[in-house]
Formats: sequence, structure tokens, C-alpha cells
Amino acid sequence: MDLRLPSKVLEHILSFVDSNEDRNSVSLVCKSWFETERRTRKRVIVRNCYAVTPAAVARRFPEMKSLTLKGKPHFADYNLVPDGWGGYVWPWIEAMAAKCPSLEELRLKRMVVTDECLEKIAASFKDFKVLVLTSCEGFSTDGLAAIAVACRNLRELELRECIVEDIGGDWLSYFPETLTSLVSLDFSCLDSEVKLSDLERLLSRSPNLKSLKLNRAVSLDALGSLLRLAPQLVELGTGSFSDKLDQEAVAKLSQAFSELKELKSLSGLWDVLPEYIPLLYSVCPGLTSLNLSYATVQMSDLVELITRCSNLQKLWVMDLIEDKGLEVVASSCKELRELRVFPSGAGLDETNVAMTEQGLVYVSEACPNLESVLYFCVQFTNTAMVTIARNRPNLKCFRLCVMEPFAPDHKTQKPLDEGFKAIVERCKDLQRLSVSGLLTDKAFEYIGTHGKKLRMLSIAFAGDSDLMLHHLLSGCESLNKLEIRDCPFGDTALLENAAKLKTMRSLWMSSCCVSFGACKLLSQKMPKLNVEVIDEHPLETRPDSSPVERIYIYRTLAGPRLDMPEFVWTIHKNPEIGVSHLAIK
Amino acid sequence: MFVEKMDEFVNLKATELRLGLPGTDNVCEQRVSCNSNSNKRALQPDAENEIESSTMKTPPRKAQIVGWPPVRSYRKNSIQTKKNESDGESQGIYVKVSMDGAPYLRKIDLSCYKGYSDLLKALELMFKFSVGEYSERDGYRGSDFVPTYEDKDGDWMLIGDVPWEMFESNCKRLRIMKGSEARCLGSGV
Repeated sequence: MDLRLPSKVLEHILSFVDSNEDRNSVSLVCKSWFETERRTRKRVIVRNCYAVTPAAVARRFPEMKSLTLKGKPHFADYNLVPDGWGGYVWPWIEAMAAKCPSLEELRLKRMVVTDECLEKIAASFKDFKVLVLTSCEGFSTDGLAAIAVACRNLRELELRECIVEDIGGDWLSYFPETLTSLVSLDFSCLDSEVKLSDLERLLSRSPNLKSLKLNRAVSLDALGSLLRLAPQLVELGTGSFSDKLDQEAVAKLSQAFSELKELKSLSGLWDVLPEYIPLLYSVCPGLTSLNLSYATVQMSDLVELITRCSNLQKLWVMDLIEDKGLEVVASSCKELRELRVFPSGAGLDETNVAMTEQGLVYVSEACPNLESVLYFCVQFTNTAMVTIARNRPNLKCFRLCVMEPFAPDHKTQKPLDEGFKAIVERCKDLQRLSVSGLLTDKAFEYIGTHGKKLRMLSIAFAGDSDLMLHHLLSGCESLNKLEIRDCPFGDTALLENAAKLKTMRSLWMSSCCVSFGACKLLSQKMPKLNVEVIDEHPLETRPDSSPVERIYIYRTLAGPRLDMPEFVWTIHKNPEIGVSHLAIK
Repeated sequence: MFVEKMDEFVNLKATELRLGLPGTDNVCEQRVSCNSNSNKRALQPDAENEIESSTMKTPPRKAQIVGWPPVRSYRKNSIQTKKNESDGESQGIYVKVSMDGAPYLRKIDLSCYKGYSDLLKALELMFKFSVGEYSERDGYRGSDFVPTYEDKDGDWMLIGDVPWEMFESNCKRLRIMKGSEARCLGSGV
């Protein structure tokens, strides 16, 4: 009796399986399940573009409709990865154009995208619908024009915090009059002005537009007429909020805002003047997401808005909110799930002292659903962290950035070990953690012991010795991404825990104490890992004992990549240098 | 704080449980050489400041650290643009502030403060100390710390002696002195 599920039946069952995690499990059951799964997967996610070749992915998933790719390591966001390191999307577009021409959606993060790439997308994928670029660079507004003119069924075009060579606002005018399918448009990161009339016409013929994020150059005056054309918006990113308007214009704008009955998310608000804050009152009760992180207004004005946002789930704000303001958040926003507080000062010297650890304690006390925190603060205390952990054992993401490197508990002068211990001990579902402040090896012993669900960990200026890394690599079972800068350890812990690296997506270490010899050794021992030494100023002779500036290690099926710049070294590129006498047992 | 920490470290070294392989180098030495090799790090330490921890950790100069605090350049640039726009008229009077015993400097904008009490309160908060009582005759009494500044002539003066506006235009940098040196300067002639 044939016990195999007929593939048609399996296909039908799989049409209900959305999660790629589940699909990955399905593909491991047996060969026929692997085959059926791969032929039916529509949404492909590759979280490290160098972990696998474009050709292999295209071959495996011929019915791919949506591709998500991530390129540079996370620390590239903070300028720790030199320009030219890699993350080029071109080979992927080439491969997909050849093998998966029915691709409709492309979502890229931290990748280099050129105008050529955008032109190829426009030319190759007849039914292209979605382009979302996050923290990408390498293209100009000309590339955008190519997408606009060719993609007749475009639904989403989102540029999130990209670095774009801005040649002018003309690109918007390239959307054909026949394009009526737009659902989401985000050009908030562009500098130059688009023609208001082009934008108005686009909005008039986009009845399905749900999300619109304007750039700073769109004036407050213009906003009024745009909102009147799109009252169905669910997400709005305003432009600059600071022009001087006359009474009539203000009244009109106020009216326009009150017509936004579906609005759930508000952002932008650059340079918002306090006198315009009341314009937003009408939309506040409906908001679930509010991004005030570019609004340089004082606490009293911020509070006026926040008291009215009783349904808020996500709040991004600057430390101008102060402890007092966070107390108001605590009492008004009971549904809060995610809080991010960014520093208002451009440098460490200009931080707002009226915001301390107390603000976060207030919110942790009063908001039962709080599960994700990003908090920049000048200093912190262990007691505060213990309280927060006790209040919120449901935390999933806790990123604390104490801005003074090596800052101890400012009340007791002790390291912040005990505070982070409480966090990892109590928050059993914690998946992402960023630590800072003065930390000894003990902190990492605690993290290794308790952080069993931890997937991503970021560390800077911490620890005393190799023990720190050893605790983490041997203790954190679910560890997937580890990024470390300026910590005093290297070789021994790395080599001892080499096998662990195969179970992780990647490890980044910069300005630590990893020697060139250890990198070579690791590279030789672990062929399924790419061990990249990123050194802009290597010594002429490069002895084994010389420390490397940065090391980026990731598991890969693709072998060494072929697009490495001069300053990236892997053993595959330079195998001639002999093995040192240091041997691993 | 740093001195204590280093002492602790040194004393424990002998009994430290290490995972090191036989013949591997001292982690500390590696650490120091790491710092000196890294070109991305801070400028040379200011000769004025004693850094007790120079044998072990060399805490980086705050103003010079690449990628710290970890804020995306996009966000940093947005805030910077805003600052440049609003700083149209007054440029701000930025001076460095050092405190004896503290490993790094701060920078403050004197034009942000209305007068001496405002300034001193801010410094006390920033460096976690108190200045004691000021009197024209006796200087600062009741504290180990004395706030001083270097004027345009290169002389070290006691903060508070001259009118605020004169201080603002003459001050090159601040130094919070500690200990005996402070007492000499602080208690007048």
C-alpha cells in the first residue's frame, strides 16, 4: 500500500502553510515533500544574501513571487562596515530575471542597489508590484523613474531611510496616467521637491492608496490639499510641519485631518511647531502607531498629543519627552507594545538630563502589553532594571543603550551586571537584547545561563576577558546573531566554540582582540563558514599575532564570495599563508 | 571607580580560571596593542588628564567614537540639519570640561546657561559632585572639588570671580580640580 500523500493533496495542504519556518520543516520530511514544497513556495526570504547563491535559490523556488533579501551586517547602520564591502543585489536580479520572471515583490534591506538594477527590474518582471528598500543605497532618482514608468501594476514603492542620489523630483511625474493600483508610497528619505500637481494627480487616481509618507520638502500648505484627496489613508507620514499658515489655511488643514477616519499610523512631523500640535488632535484616538522621533518639541507639547492617544501600540519619540512625559505615556497608553526613545542630541555631549531610567520604569509598570523596548539614556541603575524585569516578564526585545561607555549604576557605582541578570532571568521569552554600560564577565555568565531564547545579542564596550564570549557561545542555545564591538577578548573563546558558529547566522566582532592567526585557523577548520577579515589598514607583513580590525563570520552554502573588495580577506582568497603552530584539540 | 576595578582585576589574575591554551598570550597585552593599532579610535590622550586605567582598558574619547551612540546616520543627519538651521544666529560658546579623575571630557555650550549658578548646577549633575560654598574672599569651601577655567591669557582662574559676560567671552576651557591642588587655588591668596 502506498502510504505517500498524493502530491496534489500535499500541495493543497501546503497552500495553507504560510510561515517559512513551517515550510522549512516540511521540506525536511522526505524528498517528495521537499519537491512539493519547493514548487509551491511563493514567498522566499534570504536573511543573508551571501549564505546561498542566487542561482540556487532561483532553481529551488521556480514559482517565487516574493523575494526578501538582507545584505550588510546590522552594524553597517552605524558606519562600522566600510563602503564597498558588498551586499550587491545585481546578481540576484539577474538570476531572477532569467529563472523567475513572474517575480512580483522585492524587499531589500541594507543592500547596494544601482539604477541599473532598478532598470532591470522594470524591464524583466512584467507584473512587478512591490518594491520596498530599507537602508539601501547606490541608486538615484533616475532609477525610481524607471520603476515608475514601467511597472504598470505597481502597488507599493517604499524607500525607508535609504541614501539616494537625489537628482530632482521629476521621477514622480513618470507614473503613467493609467496607474491606479498604488497602495503604498514612501519617499520620505528623498530631499528634493516633487511637483505638487503630479502628486495630486497621482492621489486622485489612487483610490486604494492606504499609506503615504511624504518627504520633508512637502510643505504644510500642500499637505492640506493632499489629505483632501486621500481621506482613506491608514498611514500618513507628513512633510515638514513648520510653515507659517494663515488662519484660513489652518482651519482647512484641521478639517482635512478630521476627515482621516481610517488613520492608524502617523509619522514625519519634522520641525513641528507647538502651535500646530492641536491640528493632530482629531486623529489621536484612532492611532495605533505614532512616530515622533523627528519632532523636536518639548515635553509639554508632546504630552498634549499623547494623552489623547489611548489606543497607541507603538510609540517612537525622542528623549525630549523626559521622565514626566513617559509618566503620561504610562497613564494614557495602556495598549502600548513597543516603545523607542531616541537621543535628541546629535552627540553624547548634548543629551537631555531630565530623562532617566525612571521614565522606562513608569512605562513598564503601567503598560501590560509592553514587549519591545529601545531606550537611549545617559545612565541607568540595576534597581531600575530589576523593577522593569519584575513588571514586564513578557518582554521580547530589550535594547538599552547607556550612552556613556563603561557607565556604572549611577547610584551605586557598581557594574550593571545584576540589572541585566534580572532581565534575562525573568523575561523568559526574550529574543533580542542589547547591553551597555559597565559590565563584567559576570553579566555574560548570567546571559549565557538564562538567555535560552535569545536570538540576537548586541554588545559594546563590555566584559573583561574571553570568558565573556565563551559564556555566550556555550550558553545561549538559540543564538542566531551576535554582534560585538570594542570588547577585550578574541581568539581562545572563538576557537573553542567554533562549532557553535555553524548554528548561527552570523557573528560580527570589531575592535576586539582577534588575531589574524586565529582567523586563518578558524577559516581552515570550518569550511562551511565564511570568515571575513575586514581591515582597511592592515600591517604590511600581517603576522599571525596581529589583531584584525573587524571580523564577520557567517555560515554559507555558497562558499567564498566573488565580490570582495581589497580590504576584505578570507583564507580562500589568500591560502598561501601557512598555518600557525596553534592547534585546536 | 576605575582604579578600584583595575586593582581587583590585577589581584585576581593569578587565580583566574582561564580557558587559554598553553602558551597563549596575555589578554591584557593584546588588548592594549589592539587599541593602539586601531586607526578608527580616538586621538592621543590629552596630556592634562591623567588616565589611571592606561595599563588596561583605555576608555575611548566620547566625542571621537565611530558609530557611537548607535544611531543610524540617517537619523543623525536629520537632527544635525535641524540644529544647523536653528543655530543660524547664535553659534554657541562650546568649551571642554574636564574633571580630575574622570576618564573623559565633556563639552558644553556656555551660552545655554544664564549665569554661574546655572552652570555650576549643570556641572554638578554632569560629573556627580558638589562645589561647596562660594565666597569672593575665600573661594569655594566645603568640598574637595573646585571649578576652574583657563582664560584667554592661559591662566587658570576660579569660576565666579568675574562677571558672567566677561567669563563667557574669556573662557577657553573648564577644569574641575580635585584634592590639594584645588585647595590651594580654591581658598584664595
